[in-house]
Amino acid sequence: MSDKLISKIPEGPLSEKWSKRKADIHLVSPNNKRKLEIIVVGTGLGGASAAASLGELGYNVKVFCISDSPRRAHSIAAQGGINAAKNYQNDNDSVYRLFYDTIKGGDYRAREANVYRLAEVSAAIIDQCVAQGIPFAREYGGYLANRSFGGVQVSRTFYARGQTGQQLLLGAYASLNKEIAAGTVKSYPRHEMLDLVIVNGEAKGIIARNLVTGQIERFGAHAVVIATGGYGNTYFLSTNAMNSNGSAAMQCYRKGAFFANPCFAQIHPTCIPVHGDQQCKLTLMSESLRNDGRIWVPKKKEDVEKLRKHQIKASQIAEEDRDYYLERRYPAFGNLVPRDVASRAAKERCDAGFGVNETGLAVFLDFKDAIARLGHQKVAERYGNLFEMYEKITASSPWNEPMMIYPAIHYTMGGIWVDYDLQTTIPGLFAIGEANFSDHGGNRLGASALMQGLADGYFVIPVTIGDYLSKKFAEPKTDTATKEFIEAEKGVQERIDRLFSIKGTKSVDSFHKKLGLIMWEYVGMAREEEGLKKAIKEIKALKEEFYKDVLVPGTQFEFNQELEKALRLEDFFEIGELMAYDALNRKESCGGHFRIESQTEEGEAKRDDANFMYVAAWEYKGKDTEPELHKEPLKYEFIEVKTRNYKD
Amino acid sequence: MEFNLKIWRQKNAKAKGHFETYHISGIEEDASFLEMLDILNEQLITEGKDPVAVDKGCQSSGPVSFDHDCREGICGACSLYIDGRAHGPDDHVTTCQLFMRHFKNGATITVEPWRSAAFPVIKDLVVNRGAFDQILQAGGFISVRTGAAQDANNILISHDKAEESMDAAACVGCGACVATCKNGSAMLFVAARVSSLALLPQGKVEAKKRAKAMVAKMDELGFGNCTNTRACEMECPKGISVAHIARLNREFLKAKFSD
Repeated sequence: MSDKLISKIPEGPLSEKWSKRKADIHLVSPNNKRKLEIIVVGTGLGGASAAASLGELGYNVKVFCISDSPRRAHSIAAQGGINAAKNYQNDNDSVYRLFYDTIKGGDYRAREANVYRLAEVSAAIIDQCVAQGIPFAREYGGYLANRSFGGVQVSRTFYARGQTGQQLLLGAYASLNKEIAAGTVKSYPRHEMLDLVIVNGEAKGIIARNLVTGQIERFGAHAVVIATGGYGNTYFLSTNAMNSNGSAAMQCYRKGAFFANPCFAQIHPTCIPVHGDQQCKLTLMSESLRNDGRIWVPKKKEDVEKLRKHQIKASQIAEEDRDYYLERRYPAFGNLVPRDVASRAAKERCDAGFGVNETGLAVFLDFKDAIARLGHQKVAERYGNLFEMYEKITASSPWNEPMMIYPAIHYTMGGIWVDYDLQTTIPGLFAIGEANFSDHGGNRLGASALMQGLADGYFVIPVTIGDYLSKKFAEPKTDTATKEFIEAEKGVQERIDRLFSIKGTKSVDSFHKKLGLIMWEYVGMAREEEGLKKAIKEIKALKEEFYKDVLVPGTQFEFNQELEKALRLEDFFEIGELMAYDALNRKESCGGHFRIESQTEEGEAKRDDANFMYVAAWEYKGKDTEPELHKEPLKYEFIEVKTRNYKD
Repeated sequence: MEFNLKIWRQKNAKAKGHFETYHISGIEEDASFLEMLDILNEQLITEGKDPVAVDKGCQSSGPVSFDHDCREGICGACSLYIDGRAHGPDDHVTTCQLFMRHFKNGATITVEPWRSAAFPVIKDLVVNRGAFDQILQAGGFISVRTGAAQDANNILISHDKAEESMDAAACVGCGACVATCKNGSAMLFVAARVSSLALLPQGKVEAKKRAKAMVAKMDELGFGNCTNTRACEMECPKGISVAHIARLNREFLKAKFSD
């Protein structure tokens, strides 16, 4: 194990680790908290809940977001729900079972201790959210309702129609507003972090661009928390929001924070298929639909042909001519297998020529049986807004014809490496939510992203950051006039000047689309050595072309969305390369990472625990130099490592 | 499909704005309105600068700025006033969920930013909706600290009340209600938050205070009064009912009586 990777996992039994850590953590007294400043970057579930909770504790918090309001962060788009080990259904759920499902779902590539803590605090998240006034779905007796989700056999998912992410974010945003009103938090909307500032080896501030005036500004603090989400938009087409980006994480990486498991990207099985080449965004249909929807393709090629030519409708295909391939291949979990398994199964059927639309890249998600079993009203209550959304986009009604779906990039399990305290390899720099790597291993289960964002923000970081800050309260406010800040600002200015000076002929998006195609082709649902090497070469070439021929119109000192995109794309190039390096190194199939060279005879993913049971943490070694790999071995002391089996 | 786009261009908050007309062709029926604008911007960028705009002395050539993010109707960022309607001709959608099949081939489409004293233009079609954040900071929350909560099932809420609260909580904060209202009132936005919380036992404790503080902030920030035209309800992409305004008024009156 690299001496730079100290995971700080507390000793002792699994169920006592978090209590032990909390007991050992040094506290900061209220009068000292007032002297300490914390920067939180990002206002999704992680950032908003962290900023609000840290403000409540009495710290001085500055919170930054790129949108016009903290409420627009992409957590808002999460549809299906949030997991918690409440066992309100009496279906034998428990903290241990949620922990076990998450570790297994992540294909044994997450840390036991972190995941156990996540499961442990999950119940308190629901309590907190209800107290904030989040209108979760209720049963007729007034008690909270639950639904089940992929990869598990209990009902532990809490939901607010198909808008759970929205409601949870509005709850965290409301708490944030409360603190902004109280004066403990200052909000900087339409500000984009462009560099991390390090003083004497510790994170002490950021450089940000005011997106309205274009001014470059310096902000100092005693600690910095990164909560800027994932890097799924490296693929150009993804379910992420248009402005979601991985730039803050890359800035930290270039300043010395290790980046862990970058190749673990989740491909979500239920997205609306791509239509034509004018598209810029893919729309997710919630995984919760797989609770009652059945996934199928025709058994006969002639039916496929007729569907593609619009000669028949899906509803006209007889029951015996339908291949419910998930139920066939995975009888125990059926349509509720984890996302990576469902995505690969869809790809397998489409590659075999059974795709049901003109492009051959779509399968059916059918509610016919659910409507017959539950009735129109029940189905409408559960999925009404999703059906509406689908119809708005496709002009086809799921009430009459099955939905068409296909996998798309959705979430990134990889991220900034953090220890048990969620601190990165740079002291004073913390990473929470999707921005870190810690809890989902090789694959994230449905309804667990919301859980992790809020667990980190409400219950973990407010405690663990105290240990670091307990040694800092005697330090004065960070002076932003020092050489470190001046140099960082100069670096940002040079980057911007360079982009404007190119004055080429092609738009930023045209390059981003090309990067997306390279990524999807070689670093997508199936990866192999040759392709990955090709990807690295092609990304390098594309990057070179970008620096010769990109056209960034306008000027720096104005609202300039093209400049924003250009700066983000520079970082996407780097992430893309890093993902390919990591995928190349990981010569096993595991979770969302499928290496063609590593599969069973039945085509299932084949893990290689003997050689790859570790976290791959990459260290930046300078521009155009290969990053250095550090390994954090994963030890499973409390759980038996098995081959994932969703068949029986 | 092809269209003539009459688009509001304004260099910054202080500059005077004006309309520019652009022609665009080769648009798929299934393209969304914002994808169409992406394609227009691609044209405007690769043409270097738009010659038509320069001919007419346009100060803001180059791509058209507009707010957008999730592109699935939930973040509330997109905010275009299209052919005289907030979010365009389709009902109950945000601009990003509007598809070109709703327009006639060859049509001239007028695109403007939200027009409201409380939402100053930042550039082109982008406005500053910071006033909405300020209204919510005035009281749009329940004062609970992290960690203070009791077990979630100790608070029983009837299915119907929870559903009604959720109807109001569906507000995405886009500002279509303000842009549509002839008085530039934010009543539907304020009411959605007040009502959603007032319907729940957790939110009842501060309900009166909340209503008073949020309404006072709304007035202070230059939003107009509500004269019950119900235009906001018609144009709300989430179909939020003006019945919530009635609940806001009740909470507001209760607060006034107890003063």
